Amino acid sequence: MADNKITMRFDVDANNFSAAGEASTKLKRTLKQLSIAPEVIRRVAVAMYEGEINMVIHANGGVIDVEITPEYIKMILADNGPGIKDINLAMTEGYSTAADSVRELGFGAGMGLPNMKKYTDDMKITTEVGKGTTIEMLVKNSVEL
Amino acid sequence: MNTLELEKILDLKCITQNNLAKNISGCYISDLLSLAMGRVGEENVWITVQTNVNIVAIASLTEAACIIVPEDIKVPEDVVNKAKEEDIIIFSSSKTAYEIAKLI
Repeated sequence: MADNKITMRFDVDANNFSAAGEASTKLKRTLKQLSIAPEVIRRVAVAMYEGEINMVIHANGGVIDVEITPEYIKMILADNGPGIKDINLAMTEGYSTAADSVRELGFGAGMGLPNMKKYTDDMKITTEVGKGTTIEMLVKNSVEL
Repeated sequence: MNTLELEKILDLKCITQNNLAKNISGCYISDLLSLAMGRVGEENVWITVQTNVNIVAIASLTEAACIIVPEDIKVPEDVVNKAKEEDIIIFSSSKTAYEIAKLI
């Protein structure tokens, strides 16, 4: 089983809205090539995209590491941004600290973290104000390969 | 219905390419991208007034059938080019989102 793991790494640029979504699109393409179930791909794509956008909006970019195994797809999003002061508040649908310029693009609806939680089987947030945030998300790969 | 039929029935203007005849199985309207990301269904028509490049990523990730931009709102050329690269169909319409959805 140990050999049955694919790893991928993506750099997410800060404040580059044009490139936002590229990592998610690349990951989705890979999962399709691996014939992962469409519903699993969709959940991974939504969670990853929201995480990617959050890194662009709030965290000066960062790095996403992905592990794909027959059992699960794990995404680890690490940034050196400002950290999250109040995780419970940040997890509330509709709560957002995004700037007006970001809202004008259609983001900042306060759905990012709630969507990430909703579309994954497990999500862990480790954050420290002034240091950064790491979010680990796991989606079970429900189909037998 | 597919995107070729939709183009004719709704008298849409295709601003990308529409030679793929993608199947259509529903419609979703939202201009909040996070909502759209979670709720545009596979093979859905997505109606939005947003025209920034992120609409292409969302349509691609959600496997939307196409995007319709209502009320003749202009879509920037870089967005059109990105959509062409990703095989995303974007239609433009003079109708409102409500009028479009009614016809679908």
